[in-house]
Amino acid sequence: MTSHTTIDTLKKTHIIELLKDGKRLDGRSLEQPRELSIDIGVIPKAEGSARARLGDTEVVAGVKVQPERPFPDTGDQGMLMCTAEILPIAHPTAETGPPTPDVVELARVTDRGIRESKMLDMKELVLEKNKSVIGVFCDNAVTDHDGNLFDVCSYATTAAINSCKIPKYEMKDDAPVKIEDEFIEPPISTLPVSVTMIRIGDYILVDPNMDEWSCLDARITITTNSDGNVVALQKGGSDGFTYEQLTKCAEISIAVGTKIREIIKDASKASE
Amino acid sequence: MGGRDTDIVLLDENGIRSDGRKVNETRKVSIKAGVLKNANGSAYIEFGDNKILVGVYGPRDVHPKHMSDTNTGIIRCRYHMTPFSVGERKNPAPSRREIEISKVIKEALEPAVMLKQFPRTAVDVYMEVLQADGGTRCAALTGASVALADAGIPMRDLVAGCAAGKAADTIILDVNNEEDQAGQADLPIGYMPNLEKITLLQLDGILTSDEYKKCLEIGIDGCKQVYEIQKKALQDKYFTTGGNNND
Repeated sequence: MTSHTTIDTLKKTHIIELLKDGKRLDGRSLEQPRELSIDIGVIPKAEGSARARLGDTEVVAGVKVQPERPFPDTGDQGMLMCTAEILPIAHPTAETGPPTPDVVELARVTDRGIRESKMLDMKELVLEKNKSVIGVFCDNAVTDHDGNLFDVCSYATTAAINSCKIPKYEMKDDAPVKIEDEFIEPPISTLPVSVTMIRIGDYILVDPNMDEWSCLDARITITTNSDGNVVALQKGGSDGFTYEQLTKCAEISIAVGTKIREIIKDASKASE
Repeated sequence: MGGRDTDIVLLDENGIRSDGRKVNETRKVSIKAGVLKNANGSAYIEFGDNKILVGVYGPRDVHPKHMSDTNTGIIRCRYHMTPFSVGERKNPAPSRREIEISKVIKEALEPAVMLKQFPRTAVDVYMEVLQADGGTRCAALTGASVALADAGIPMRDLVAGCAAGKAADTIILDVNNEEDQAGQADLPIGYMPNLEKITLLQLDGILTSDEYKKCLEIGIDGCKQVYEIQKKALQDKYFTTGGNNND
């Protein structure tokens, strides 16, 4: 349901007409994302948490940290998993039940952005090699859906992991035991930030809302890191992009991502 | 990317890769169109050590009915790996990875197929990975385009798939499994050479914006090479045997 909502023809025509003058229905310029607000630490029971609101799209991300048995082939690394789900309160078309392919894609794109950026140094999260490692799980719950869930989940996840506190563990009789009230800082190396753009005709729009999303020909989500490198990418929608459009999208994602990263940093500072 | 440390030398001092290829060389690709009797169209593709069978059914009635669209036909894709296709047995149930790949391949094929000509119908594309060795989504997409053409479904262009990537700090074409696991980036591309449109694009791994552009450029070059093999597969079937697919 993240990609299919119906929109009346009049509104669609209006959106496309406005684009010819470089305008959008909500008054933004083409490369301007909606206003982003981030609150950190909204769920004290979670080891890290953030509520991100991008226009009228909102998600709550919570980080849980717990010791895990590592995968056999990665015994020297901690574990990381990010998920996303759309709660039925988020939109009239959202339903409970097994995830649709759209939601599977959302969760996997969110995970990929964090994982491929190497935001967390997983080698620092080992308690005992091949026996016990620290698992970091970030789950996104979409509470309000007005388009572009990819970005809002990316921002909430990055903010939540960036601000999480990892409990200290010690190994006793081959089992990890939590040391009460002692924490380590998460080994953060970079802040990955995704920027989703859609193409309507020849126009590229940053951070589409639900109405614009319903008009898209093709979309692309580009995640960049603090150094301005591209770390993950996902094309979607029933049409393609030219080479020129794709290089332009990469430039936009780096520029917009830099601004978003500052908002996440400011929110982290404000919560301290 | 896979995060696993291996001792494999991905690129030697002469610029030769672990499987003997040069940096800008694809693996050997061979495609045969029309390999299944029952399917309306089919293709078998070997992309290096990847072996993939694709069958296309349709346009045909849509079940369940509510999925049909009165304005246009729809494509449904299933990318599936057989349990014996990889080192450790894969659970035959569709994984989240397979669901995602099915979706991106569907969206990569849609721009190529003239679906408006078949309202209320579905074209089903089934891709079975019999053996996997990195780059299966590109190989499956490549085979699926040929199978769709073999089914006689009107198309604007074929979609050719090939990945670019980065391993041992070098931009390489057509990432194999070893390079995917131990390399630095993998950028699978689906491209329609005649329309100059990229219809599948994903990335895992870190690239600077210059590296990203270079990957796109050599990836598109790779797709163009694959495109020639796709066309040849269709010519081999339809021009040398006069359309008799029981040869």
